[in-house]
Parts: sequence; structure tokens; C-alpha cells
Amino acid sequence: MLADKDRIFKNLYGLYDWGLKGARARGAWDGTKAILEKGRDWIINEVKASGLRGRGGAGFPTGLKWSFMPKQSDGRPHYLVVNADESEPGTCKDREIMRHDPHLLVEGCLIAGFAMGAHTCFIYIRGEFIREREHLQAAVDQAYAANLIGKNNVHGFDFDIIVHHGAGAYICGEETALLESLEGKKGQPRLKPPFPANVGLYGCPTTVNNVESIAVVPDIARRGAAWFAGIGRPNNTGTKLFCISGHVEKPCTVEDAMGVPLRELLDTHCGGVRGGWSNLLAVIPGGSSMPLIPAHDCERLLMDFDGTREFKSALGTAAVIVMDKSTDIIRAMARISYFYKHESCGQCTPCREGMGWMWRVLSRMAEGRAHKREIDMLMEVTTQIEGHTICAFGDGAAWPVQGLIRHFRHEIERRIDDYSANPHPEPVRVAAE
Amino acid sequence: MSVRRLADAAIQPKSFAFTVENLDWAKGEIAKYPEGRQASAILALLWRAQEQAGGWLPQKAIEHVADLLGMAKIRALEVATFYTMFNLAPVGQFHVQLCGTTPCVLRGADKLIKLCHDTIGEPLQISGDGKLSWVEVECLGACVNAPVAQINYDYYEDLTPENFTKILADLAAGKEVKPGPQVARQFSAPSGGPTTLTDPALYAHGNGGPLHDPALRDADAKWPGEPANVREAAVPKSPVGDSSANRRS
Repeated sequence: MLADKDRIFKNLYGLYDWGLKGARARGAWDGTKAILEKGRDWIINEVKASGLRGRGGAGFPTGLKWSFMPKQSDGRPHYLVVNADESEPGTCKDREIMRHDPHLLVEGCLIAGFAMGAHTCFIYIRGEFIREREHLQAAVDQAYAANLIGKNNVHGFDFDIIVHHGAGAYICGEETALLESLEGKKGQPRLKPPFPANVGLYGCPTTVNNVESIAVVPDIARRGAAWFAGIGRPNNTGTKLFCISGHVEKPCTVEDAMGVPLRELLDTHCGGVRGGWSNLLAVIPGGSSMPLIPAHDCERLLMDFDGTREFKSALGTAAVIVMDKSTDIIRAMARISYFYKHESCGQCTPCREGMGWMWRVLSRMAEGRAHKREIDMLMEVTTQIEGHTICAFGDGAAWPVQGLIRHFRHEIERRIDDYSANPHPEPVRVAAE
Repeated sequence: MSVRRLADAAIQPKSFAFTVENLDWAKGEIAKYPEGRQASAILALLWRAQEQAGGWLPQKAIEHVADLLGMAKIRALEVATFYTMFNLAPVGQFHVQLCGTTPCVLRGADKLIKLCHDTIGEPLQISGDGKLSWVEVECLGACVNAPVAQINYDYYEDLTPENFTKILADLAAGKEVKPGPQVARQFSAPSGGPTTLTDPALYAHGNGGPLHDPALRDADAKWPGEPANVREAAVPKSPVGDSSANRRS
């Protein structure tokens, strides 16, 4: 298990002061000026050397993303946008950072902004997080008051942070939809290219990063890339906040090393699977967009980007949703499909029409009111949605259905058999709708 | 995608205008964004308009915000109907948004949905006394504390039919209720106490003292026992809390 001294989020559970004084006592804002004095290239190289991969879901190397920003401004301002629109089902890590350790994020914004020549940072926080926004805004105000950020601040790099809130649209977590929303429009993703690093917010070079990616940067700069790179496995370095929900004895958010075995994660922090390990049915390793992994593979599952890929899934946001044998797995997946139906922005036809179609078919399959040939048809439709939309939403909605069919086809077939042996005309009312 | 329409014309108020206080606040909000990009403030302004109108967005309020921002009315209507936190019809004094996505369902949200049906009524219908209304929403982002409901500004977590019934009854009776986890638990830590962050050496420099302390000034030492730091800033102002901190409807 990761040693306490290697943890970055020392106030994860809100036991201590989240304000500036408390954050400083825990080491934040220490030597920030010296870090900035080492220069832009040093910071970007350090982040590259640390092996930090984006914590928002896709796992794109953060340092590499930063280096896409133009070195010299062509007259347009550069922007840093922090994606705090955390709404992937299962995920609740950024919430803890923003309400209990907001200064790590604020300091990270300054360092990241400096590294990219961005004098303005927008933090886009989801609308439902009202109390979290208040903490974050208070932390930003404290930083302004202590002259840590703002015009003519102690660090000698003018830097403004604007906390902007959304209003309840999952799709705004997609980076170009977020930029559209930030500009005051409907949150509908943009076609790429051009990429935000060239044409982003207000048509200016922009980098969008996840809260956790930014919040770990000050510690990487202070403790050194080698420290961060020394945790976890090659290509999967550092510490990570894991949110474990569902059928465990004690669900929790916890920081641990990348590559921690799933079983160790559940047993150490969550009191194990409800009813014991043998009662496990499946886990979704990285938020609802990722395919599930059945119990027999969970034994060998390492919780990092490559470890989850080995089982045809992905780490995503490291939100582990645990399902024990009491779970109606088809209904659980149908409910996820309903989520995507509800949250589709409606821009691309395969997604707008496909989401509702998948949900309706899955709801029937949950009751057994389907034909076995429809299973293949459903699989076929998911492949027609996947990769045929402007953004990755379509993929994220298709994968969980594919995971279900891949691993639980026998369960769908059994239910169809059960129903055809005893058909009842009235559909059973599902509470989810 | 869901179809969202404005409320019936019969209940739409004839006019809407920001109060003087809200108008000042709105101007400050617009000033945060670059010149000519005032449309960026639309979500914040619509949200404030919803608060002023008593929890929902009348058509006149949307148009008022559009005028204020110099936007075409249709653009503001697009935004208001796209984002689901804007209620397009009146809601109860306490609007319960119950999460019904899979992680919450795994922990028993179904029972809470039924409970809402039984005690409050149909979704988006206001209870007889005007106090309560409810709707099933998608993931609220507090999954380790599932099941979760957001009531106005606060999250209520680790709900069971028993404690949720009590919360609803207390709210309707005008009693104070405690937001956050409803079981003995420190926010998102495992119940029974954290398994990590137990090393006292982490907090050797003090834990920062009581919560909600004012910002550290330059004259204060950063570490206990060390001399105060060199003066960094000119004249530090005391921190200004978010004005919404004291609001609770």
C-alpha cells in the first residue's frame, strides 16, 4: 500500500482546514516562486518526465498536451481551462479536491498556466456542486487576497482564475462542449480539427485539463518527477484517487498507487466485496463508459491504464463500480444506457437515435422480452455508433453494452428462455423509468 | 436527449427584472469575461434569475437575461432548455433531485424513488402544501456516498428509506436538517474511519487550526516556530467569501 508520506491529497476527508492557512501547513504554496523561476520548459519537461497521464478519463500524457500549445503568442491570449464538470457515473474524486483541498488546484493552475503562457484560467465546475464551488471560490479569493495570484502578484506572473459553473449537462465534460458552454452556448461538441490548442476558447489557444491532473502538478514540481515516476509501473505512474462505489462493505474515495491490484484495493480500504470475494459478479473499473470486467478476471486485475486494457476495458476516471451476485446486471446496464439517452446532446444522429434504441432494447432484454437474434443486432448497432460521432460520447455509451454482451450473453439468453417459457403480456414496470 | 418545453402560458408571469442587488451582481459577473464575450455569463445569470423567481425560470426571465447580455432571445432560450438544472416550471420550496443512476441504484435508490412517489407524488408535481417536489436526476457525482439526493443547495448522502423519510418530514415541517452523510461517516472516508492519512507526521506543521480561518497574511509565519516570512504583498485584503455562502432557501 502507498505510504502516507507519498500521498498528495492530505485533506481528502476534510478533517482539517481547507483554507489557505491549512493548505500551507500541509505544504501547498511552498516555493512556488522558485518553481516558476526554473522556467516554462523545465516545468513541461518535469511533467513529461513524471509520466503523468491525464486523470479525466482518456489518459493522455499531460506534459505532451501542454507542449502542443504555441511557444510564442501570436497576439491571441492563451487560456487554461480546468475541467471540473465531474459527472461520469461512479466518479466523485474532483469533488473531494475542490471542497477539501482547493489550494492544490489553485496552485496547480498557476504553475500550469505559467508553463503554457496562459494568464487566464477558467475552472468549469458542474452546476450541482454548489457548496464545492463556494469552497473553491473562497480559496481563489484567499489566493487573490494573499497576492499569490492576480495582477502584480508575488510570483511575478499575472494570473487570473475565474470560477465558472455549468448547469447540469454531462456532455459539458467533453472538452470542446465545455468550451462551447463556457462561451455561453449549448454544450455541443465541436468538430476536430482544429484542436483546442490552436483554436479553443474564444478562438484562442486553449488547453483543457482535469482537476486531478492539475492538482498533482505542484507536488510533482516540488518533490521531483523521479518521485512521481517511482510510484506505480512504467507508463502508469503516480498516485490516483480511486472512488469505489456499489456493493462493497464500505464505499470510499481513497488515494493509492497506480497499478494496485483490484482485490487489494477493495480489501484494504473498503472492507471487501459485500458477502465476500466469491460473491463478486463484475466490476466497472473506470466509470460507466468503460466495459465491465467479470469476476474471474478481477482476481488478476491491476488498476492502471495497461492493467485494465489487458481485460478489454480502460481505467477511465478510476471509478470502480462493484456489483455482487445479487445485481440484475442487464438492468444495471440498461440504466446506464438510459443515462446516455438522457445526456446525449442530440447533435449526431447515431448517438441521438442510437441511445434511445439501445436503452429500449436493453430494457426489454432485462425482462426477457426479446429474441436471441436481437443480441447480435444490438452488438451490431453499438459498432455503428462507436466511432461515428463527433465526440467520444458515442463510444462511451457503446462500450458498456458491448461489455455486457461479451461477458453476460448467457445471462441475456437465459432470461429470454425464461420469458418464452412463461410469457406474460404486461411488461413489468421498471422503477428507473 | 430529453424534450424540455417552457411552462404553460397561463402560469408565466407578465414581466421579470433583476432586483437592483442582483443587477449589480450580474454586472460584476459579466465583467469577469473578456470584452465582447459577455454571453459567457449566461449560465450564472440564468441561475440567479431562477433563484430570484423562486426556483424556476419563467420565459420573461430568460428574455430579460438575453437583453442584458445583448444576445438574441432564441440563443438564451436554447441554453435554458438545454441545461437540465433550469426548471422550466414551478417547483416546491424544497426541490428534491434524487439520483437514479446505476451506482445509486446498486445501493438502493429504487426504494427512495418509490418513497418519493408515495409521499410526494408524481415527479415534478408540487405536493399539496407547496413544500416539496421531486425529480429523478442523472448522476450527481457523489457515488461513494450513494444513494444521494440534492435538495436545493445541499447534498444528502448515504440515504436509507428511514432517514430519507425523516429528512422529507423535517423539511416539510420547517425543521433544520443536516446535509452531508446521514450515517456516522467522515464525508467520503470509509465508514468506521479512514484507512489512510493516519500518519501524524503528515500534520507535524499543524493542521491549520480551526476551519474557515481567514487567509494567512504576509506577517504570519508559514510554519509554526519559524520567523514570519518576508513581506510579499502590498496590503493584503481579507478574503471575500462567495456571496452565496449565506444563502439557503
